[in-house]
This record gives sequence, C-alpha cells and structure tokens, in this order.
Amino acid sequence: MSRTLSEPESKALLAQYEIPCVPDALVATAAEAAEAAAGFGFPVVVKLAGSAIAHKTERGLVRLGVADEAAVVAAGDALLAAARPEDGDVGLLVAPMLRATRELIAGVHVDLQFGRCVMVGIGGVLTEALGDVAFRLVPLSAVDATEMLDDLGSQALLGALRGEPALDRAAMARVLLGLSRLAEDRDDVCSVDVNPLLVVDGAPVAVDALVEVAE
Amino acid sequence: MTISRDHLDALFEPRGVLVAGVSSHPAKFGFVALHNLLTQGFAGPVYGTNREGGEVLGVPMLMSVDDLPADATVDLVFVCTPAAANIEVLEACARKGIRAVFVTSGGYAEAGDDGRAAEAQLVARADELGILVAGPNGQGLVSTPVGLCAQIVAPYPPRGAIGIVSQSGNFVSSFQNFARASGVGVSRAVSAGNAAALSVPDLLEYYASDDETRVGLAYVEGIADGTGFARRLGEVTARMPVVLLKGGATAGGQRAAASHTGALATDDRVFDGMCRQAGATRARSVEEAFDAAAAFATSPLPRGPRVAVLTTAGGWGVVTADAIASSELDLVELPTSLRAAIDERLPPRWSRNNPIDLAGGETRDTIPEVLDLVAQSPEIDAVVYLGVGIQSNQARLMREGRFGSDEGIERIVAYHERQDARFADAADAASAASGKPILTATELALADPSNPGPATVRATGRYCYPTGPRAVRALEHLWRYARHRRRREGT
Repeated sequence: MSRTLSEPESKALLAQYEIPCVPDALVATAAEAAEAAAGFGFPVVVKLAGSAIAHKTERGLVRLGVADEAAVVAAGDALLAAARPEDGDVGLLVAPMLRATRELIAGVHVDLQFGRCVMVGIGGVLTEALGDVAFRLVPLSAVDATEMLDDLGSQALLGALRGEPALDRAAMARVLLGLSRLAEDRDDVCSVDVNPLLVVDGAPVAVDALVEVAE
Repeated sequence: MTISRDHLDALFEPRGVLVAGVSSHPAKFGFVALHNLLTQGFAGPVYGTNREGGEVLGVPMLMSVDDLPADATVDLVFVCTPAAANIEVLEACARKGIRAVFVTSGGYAEAGDDGRAAEAQLVARADELGILVAGPNGQGLVSTPVGLCAQIVAPYPPRGAIGIVSQSGNFVSSFQNFARASGVGVSRAVSAGNAAALSVPDLLEYYASDDETRVGLAYVEGIADGTGFARRLGEVTARMPVVLLKGGATAGGQRAAASHTGALATDDRVFDGMCRQAGATRARSVEEAFDAAAAFATSPLPRGPRVAVLTTAGGWGVVTADAIASSELDLVELPTSLRAAIDERLPPRWSRNNPIDLAGGETRDTIPEVLDLVAQSPEIDAVVYLGVGIQSNQARLMREGRFGSDEGIERIVAYHERQDARFADAADAASAASGKPILTATELALADPSNPGPATVRATGRYCYPTGPRAVRALEHLWRYARHRRRREGT
C-alpha cells in the first residue's frame, strides 16, 4: 500500500534536494489566507491542501489568478466548504501566481523491469498527448541529466521563446539530479510528480508536487 | 555457478565436438548439426552418439558420451537428444571432463510448467557438475575463427568482427544472411534460446574481452534482471559498441499508475532511456541493426559530427543531406580552402558547397583526389560517398548487349569497371589515411552485388550501404557512441 504526501509535505521534501519550489504559505482560515496573499502580492493561487488529496485540479480545488483580499477570502471559504470527510486534515495553501509560457514535468517512477528512473518532459495539459519525455535510470550522472534534456523532441520550446530567455539547462539538470538523489535516499518513495514545473525567466520552478510513499 | 573464461573458451574454441543424438535422416536436426560441423571448416575431431550405432556422414556413432576414447579431446557437446535424456548426457559429460554443452532440444521453459521444471532441473544439475549450459531451445552457435558451425540452421557467415547474440535463433540467421550478402563478417554468434544459464550480458561481456570481436549485435525480448542488464551493458559499452534490437512488450506490464510520470513510463521509453544512458546503440529495424553493427565493424569512430557528402549526381546528395539535417550530424559549410582546391579540379558547374555534387564534371582522377582532399580537411569528421558503380552499371548493359564484342565498347566497359573499383579503393585508402569514416552508398550493393563498385567495397573489407540515408543513420550511431564515450571518459 502507499499514501500520498500533501503538497506542502511534497514540496518540503523536494526542497531538501535543492529543487526550486514556488514560495507558499499553509494556513487554516480564509482570513489568514488573505493576510498571506497580501504578503506575496497579487494575484495569487489558493488551493485546498491535505495529505489525502491527490488530484486537486480534477476536483476544482485550485483557484488561479485570485486578484485581491476579498477574492482570497471568498475562494478560501469555498475551498474549505468543498472539503470531504475522507480528505482528513485540510488547510489552505496560498502562493504567488507565477506567469510562464512554458511548463515542464519531471518525476520519479519505479519501473517493473529497470527499477527507479527519473523522467523529464514537456508539461502542461498536453503532456500525455505529446508524450515528449525522456527517462534515465537512477542514479543519474550530470552527463545523463544534460543528455535527457537533449533527448526531448521539442527543442524549440527550450530555447529563447516569445521574449523569454532559453531554459537554464544547468538549473534543470540540477532538478533532475536532485530527483535522482531523492530516489536513491528514499526507498519508500514510489513516485514523484513535479507537475507543473514552470519556466520563469528561464529558471525552472516547481509549483505543484505529489510524492507517493510506500507504507 | 560462476561462468568462467574457460567455460566460454570451451564453447567458442573447442578442441573437439561431439553431437549427442545424431540422426541418420537428413531432415532431422541431429543430422543437420553433424553435417554443418563437418562441412564448414572445423579442424578438430568430431564425434557423434545415437542409439542405432553405425556411421552417419562417415562418423562412427558411439552409444554414449561414455564411449569416447580415452585420448579424445572433446570440449563441447552439442545436444540434440530429447529433453528427457539430457540429464544423463550432462552426467556422462562430467565423467569425461567436458565443461560446455549447447542444448538445442526443446521441451523446456517455452513449453509450459513441466518444461520450466525440467529446465530448472537441467540448470541445477549442470551447476553441480560445473558444466556451462547454452540454450536450451537454441539453434546453435558459430565461431568463425575456428570454423565452428554448430547450428541446426543456415547460413554459415564469413569471418569478421561482429559478435551476435539473440534470444531468437531466427535473428541469428537473419544477421548472418546480411553478413554473407555484404561480406561484413561475424566472429561469434549464439542463439541463446531460453538463456537458462548463459544470458545475453554474459555473452556480450565475453565478446568485449574477445580479440576477434569489435562490436556486439544483440536481439532481445525479455530481460530477466533489468537493473543488472543495464549496469553490465554500460560496462560492456565502455570497451566495445553494442547494437540492440528489441522485440515485443516486456514481461509484466506497468502497474496502473497513479502518477503522471508513471502513466508516461511506457516500457519502450524506459528501455530507450536505459540504452542512451548505457551507451548502447538501439536500432529500430533489422536493417538498421545490421547497418550499425557493420559500421562499427568496418569504420573508425568519427571525432565529431561534421559530415561532407560527395556525390556524382544531384538527387542522391539532396536526399542524403536531408537525412543529415534531421540527424545529430552536421552538414558543414565547405571550408573556403577546400572549395578552392576542388575548384582547381572541376569545371565551375559543380555545387561549390556541401553536398559536393560533381555534376558530371569529373575526369579520370577527380574522385580519388577529391575524396582525399575532403578526408584530409581538419574541418570535416566523416564523408558519405554516393554513386560508386554507376558507370559500371551502364558497362554491364553494354557488355551484355548485342554490341558487346565491339572493340570500342569493350575498351570503355573495361575502363568504367576499373574506375569504379579504383573509386572504392580510394574511399578505403582515404579512410585509412585520415582515420575518418568514409561510408559508400549505392543501391547496387543489393541490385548488382557483382558490380565492381560495391564488389570492391566488399573486397576492401568495408560495408557498402544500400542508400545514402541508411549510411547517414549508421554514421549517426557511430557519432553518438563516440560522443557517449568521450563525455564519460573525458578524452
């Protein structure tokens, strides 16, 4: 059996492996959410967070581009009201709304034949339809991490694009090496999704993460 | 049981061989095996056993391995007896000090639960006896340095530097047929069958330490120990290139994935990543697999990705340039000094860029001279040469036409044939002198192998690629492998 870590727990684990994550605040009430949002500056993202909640988007538990304090309070109240008994302990997660044209995905998977592997790919809603992804077995070397990025078909997406600089490949390679170390250190981790990983001014930033651990 | 070098030497370089279960019927495997052993140049003594006695193909039949004369030097027993008899064969081998058997018999793991039990029993007994079992359910093995054709199928390939191992015997035959057709030969080949005790990585490791073998060529379906396979493959490719052709879905299938990463982790993608990481050359088709293996066997590795194309006619060059554009190779701008040097040898209508299209402006010595110039350029790492044999193809029409005995025709036919042979020789010599790959391509390699162009490419020990794009794909594999080694060895 396995269980999923909550988004804040997942991101905290990634942060230990030097994977850059968007700053966020986990709070209990809508009023606290508004206060945290004011600290970040608007707009913000407000999500319902809890260790038993794996698919927030599918359940409508992610509010993007929330523009001011009143809107944060309204969103926070609505999200807390949408919690189900089986979600267990829940809270509100507030984070600044990052703007990025490009989304990547990265992760860890345990392959039945080859064991632990790290993935990188073109992210976003079309990820699975595009299937532009590359895998390597754990442990990755620095050369492996760089070559994975070269394997992706959509190289034009990784270069300078629409006024944004090219993806910082060295920074992205460090994310993949971090995932590899995480997979090596933590036998109990059976999957990691870093999705999406936004490319902000060329730098990869994780805005959501889901870690699954064996029990 | 640890497989030792001695075990594998007994398999590939036996002093003598015994076929267990010889048949007197030419359609039976037990006959074919003996026939193939006796007819392809194996110099050691060959023995046989069967229950009827008498002689088969002039070899007196023994009743049992136990009846081998005391002074017989047999290192390998090729087993064609039914599965039920094979434990007894192993025990007799042990009494005679024989340490390697190839089991061609079926009825093992491929045949259900009882077969799996029989296979486990066979391997366990062989381990106790210290005998290496290849197979079971394999079609045999070939070792050209000693003329060993211990297989129940054809063909027997020419001697060369490709070491083959396959989980399907038919692909050993396919690759050996390509070897016969192209002249790019084989060192060792094993149909691993069920690979009960001797696996694909075991054989690749042996090939990597074998002076006769320069490249491994493997067909794989199921992989029992994926992590071990990946690690050992990486160790082999640090010493020798390996070309892999993979068939079929792997065992098991993915568990229903909760994560996006898991949903994207198809067997094929993970296998592909494993190959890239291990530095193995993954081929997507049978032809691509043999082309790549032949390239590794007959070409030096390129030092970089910069390719020049030399062609005697336009379209071939254009399509080959397209193939380079969609590869990891670079179709370089011709260096100014090289362009000037070619200008001196050709009328102005030549392409003046890459592809170097001679546009029919060549005279007697142009092609060898330009090949040399291009190969020697420090800004070019590899050359693809298209169009060898084109004149000899016309010459053949003339020779075979009803005016063939006309004196003028005879002279020009002989000239064209000499020239094409010379061009193929020039490509070989320019590669040897520069240490760079020069790949020749013409469909005449398939359409008319006797054409002096492709025939001379073969005679120089090189591979004549059937098309420009196939040569480009093979060259890309050479470059990827060279780059893999360089990035990891820091050289």
